[in-house]
Amino acid sequence: MSRYMGTSVKRVEDPRFLQGQGKYVANLVLPNMAHAAVKRSPLAHATINSIDTSRAEALEGVIAVYTGKDLLEGTGGFKCGSLPCGWQVPDLNMPPHNPLAVDKVRHVGDGIVVVVAESPYIAEDALDLIDVDLEPLPAVVDGREAMADDAPLVHESADKNLSFHWPLGDEDAVNEALSNSDHVVELEFVNQRLIANAMEPRATAAEWDPATQSVTVWTTSQNPHTIRLLLGAFTLGIPEHKIRVISPDVGGGFGSKIFHYPEEVIIPFVARAVGRPVKWVASRSEAFVTDAQGRDHVTKAKLGVNDDGTMTALHVTTWANMGAYLSTFAPLIPTALYITLFAGVYKTPVIFGEAYGTFTNTVPVDAYRGAGRPEASYMLETMVDLAARKLEMDPVEFRRKNLIQADEFPYQTPVALVYDSGNYQALFDKIEGLSDYKSLRKEQEAARAEGRLVGVGFASCIEASGPAPSAAAVGLGAAIGLFESGAIRVHPTGKITVMTGSHSHGQGHETTFAQIVADEFGIDIEDVDIVHGDTDRVQYGVGTYGSRSAALGGSALVKSAEKIREKLKRIAAHQLEASVEDMVYDQDEGTISVAGSPDAVKTFAELAFASIVADNLPEGMEPGLEEMTFYDPSNFTFPASAHVAKIEIDRKTGEVDLQSYAAVDDVGNVINPMIVEGQILGGIVQGVGQALWEHGIYDEDGQLLSGSMLSYALPRADRFPSIAVDRIETPSPHNPLGVKGAGEMGTIAATAAVSSAVLDALAPLGVTHLNMPLTPEKLQRAIAAAGNGGGE
Amino acid sequence: MDVSMTVNGKGVSADVEPRTLLVDFVRDNLGLTGTNVGCDTSQCGACTVHMDGMAVKSCTVLAVQADGSDITTIEGMATNGQLHPMQQAFWDAHGLQCGFCTPGMIMASVKIADGNPGITDDDVRHGLEGNFCRCTGYENIVKAVKLGAAAMSGGQS
Repeated sequence: MSRYMGTSVKRVEDPRFLQGQGKYVANLVLPNMAHAAVKRSPLAHATINSIDTSRAEALEGVIAVYTGKDLLEGTGGFKCGSLPCGWQVPDLNMPPHNPLAVDKVRHVGDGIVVVVAESPYIAEDALDLIDVDLEPLPAVVDGREAMADDAPLVHESADKNLSFHWPLGDEDAVNEALSNSDHVVELEFVNQRLIANAMEPRATAAEWDPATQSVTVWTTSQNPHTIRLLLGAFTLGIPEHKIRVISPDVGGGFGSKIFHYPEEVIIPFVARAVGRPVKWVASRSEAFVTDAQGRDHVTKAKLGVNDDGTMTALHVTTWANMGAYLSTFAPLIPTALYITLFAGVYKTPVIFGEAYGTFTNTVPVDAYRGAGRPEASYMLETMVDLAARKLEMDPVEFRRKNLIQADEFPYQTPVALVYDSGNYQALFDKIEGLSDYKSLRKEQEAARAEGRLVGVGFASCIEASGPAPSAAAVGLGAAIGLFESGAIRVHPTGKITVMTGSHSHGQGHETTFAQIVADEFGIDIEDVDIVHGDTDRVQYGVGTYGSRSAALGGSALVKSAEKIREKLKRIAAHQLEASVEDMVYDQDEGTISVAGSPDAVKTFAELAFASIVADNLPEGMEPGLEEMTFYDPSNFTFPASAHVAKIEIDRKTGEVDLQSYAAVDDVGNVINPMIVEGQILGGIVQGVGQALWEHGIYDEDGQLLSGSMLSYALPRADRFPSIAVDRIETPSPHNPLGVKGAGEMGTIAATAAVSSAVLDALAPLGVTHLNMPLTPEKLQRAIAAAGNGGGE
Repeated sequence: MDVSMTVNGKGVSADVEPRTLLVDFVRDNLGLTGTNVGCDTSQCGACTVHMDGMAVKSCTVLAVQADGSDITTIEGMATNGQLHPMQQAFWDAHGLQCGFCTPGMIMASVKIADGNPGITDDDVRHGLEGNFCRCTGYENIVKAVKLGAAAMSGGQS
């Protein structure tokens, strides 16, 4: 049927990026535009005794200077509010988060003063002329230590640093099952702090229009409508219908651009106050201490297994570091996106998980690619490897023994989710072939005989993607529904403009959504334009994260297209003098004809034109051709994966050489294989980054030691072999496209697979576990320690 | 200070502060915003341009240092509406996603591919270790550069 679906259409958006024509916020130039810079705290925890801005104000070219108090008190009846958390788990301790700190700073990078000046250079100069008297306070940086009775209190609004406690499952049943198991493997480990580092640093610009009393905000967001909602309802004091938020081309997000940031409040405020457009662009150094960070869990896990290799029960407690303030979706990540994934692809009969979210003097933590699900997969796959090793079983054989079977879908897990579809045996069969798993084991055996440290890692993971059915999401803490909207406007000549609430910041929606719509009508893809990222052009939107765009945004467009096709059939039936039931829409040709009378035919363009000529429409039909759908899914989608990594560790230097990597993923039906592969490949490399190099390290005073690209080790091209990817397709049964999320699976599986490979290489030395990142220093020490008669 | 240089074949001159970075001069004075700024420590390579035939990170060059030089930015790569073979190769091989690193990646790639039609995976991966991409995982960038290298030499490899 389809001409574009399932084919690797080259990306429509690429020519502008290839030629340097991307419309990023930093490129924006407005008449009479001023520039802002933010004075930030150099200390992690301190009382603000005084702020003296007089020297900065006296600098030539400085237009205005505002403190946190100025923002709260406001000007002309216009003031800023506290940034809210949009995910309210039960008994949530949610202290205020002012756009600029008022009495106290709570992390390095916390904003204190904003300067508006004629140029970015002058604004930066002025920051050095601001005198802030800070009284240092003791800091807490570890998420579990923050629970201690004597830990420094990050927020005085409560008497402890606990933000929430979220348990799920029958703990008594799990404890009983563990005590009845032949073996229990236990481990305490860390899933380290990561920093997203989208290549485009955040930026925000704003322009106040006194004539309409409205503001336009350009910001690097994955979900501009959500930003507008929060600005209107909470933070800016301007009604929502007087706010336009535009997120034009956005240079990567990986979660870090989902959230409502202080600068999105500060910049519109100062633009209105000074009566000029104002732009702020983060430096990379600022990004390191202000972009919400990822992961940072301390976890204790117990997995029960019987002698025959069956998993019996799982008990997990996690301390999740929330940082200094609750970021927009922070409580969601270690709860409903983490604990509900503890079943993975396995049939563990009883599971209990709990998370403590705590405040520390570090940058806030929120979703980073995968968001809770990589943490769940890493936990589960690490425990599964431990159990297999305990039973001296091949890790793949052990996993196969516990897999959910293909005929058991829909599958109800013990942790709330119902998996939609899958075929994990087929995934395993394919990855064993693609990776040549048995040969890898033989090579490993031979290498071990030579004393070399070669490891083969395996990870098989599940993801809940495409959040979410609104009722379920709100039940779990969401402040708003998580549906998606899609509108199709057919122009009189048969050309189409699509307005989607999804947002593309690398995903290629301008191509894939056009593929969907062109096929729905049987027209050329060149005749379809996709509009996103502008609250004045797009009706409403929830945005792009959680691998939701195809499943939700794409499905909304299918539904809107169905409505338009029905209207076209009615027009055609009327004009061809036939009954609507006899109308056949040919989606290859883009025509509607009368069944059995192929000559009685109308083209899509003819009917589009007829709808606005409107002189010959069925009785009572409105002219025009435009439909909109709010699509609320009935479930998440559940992509799955099986990845294999082979590594060798240099015994002398501890360096890991990633020698081969193979991935088989099931993301349901595929709209554009080239783009899906690109998402998987990019995700894998990010996941390997966590396993081997990346780490947001804070010292005990709360200083971020890896606060630049010099010290935070991002994956580089020269550290990777060519990666083999393949897929199976088990369509999701509950969305019209049959698609599942593709954006995060690579990251979710790769961290676990590469960590597994390194630990596999070290197993003969008696090393049972090492926390990530598995850096040369750490491995070299572990190898040396083993050489001295024991593991770490 | 007065600076004069040739940018994308056109002579330009301006009075700039001595501290003005070449990337800011190109972006703010000339309005050529295709060259992006991704970091402030010369790690990421998003701002790579050609200066007198060399790929340089324009965040690490002062505008005054570029006085008298011949600069090419990403905007100068396509000719008469025809993409440069390396731009075309990045398109064909899906060597970009969000597009932010792409201008710098292409400018660096052109230099490592120049005169090297049979460039290997290893050459490309080492040649691009100073350019970060957070989206693609580099796999398709490597493919693109090999394709582009062959195309730049007229298709022989």
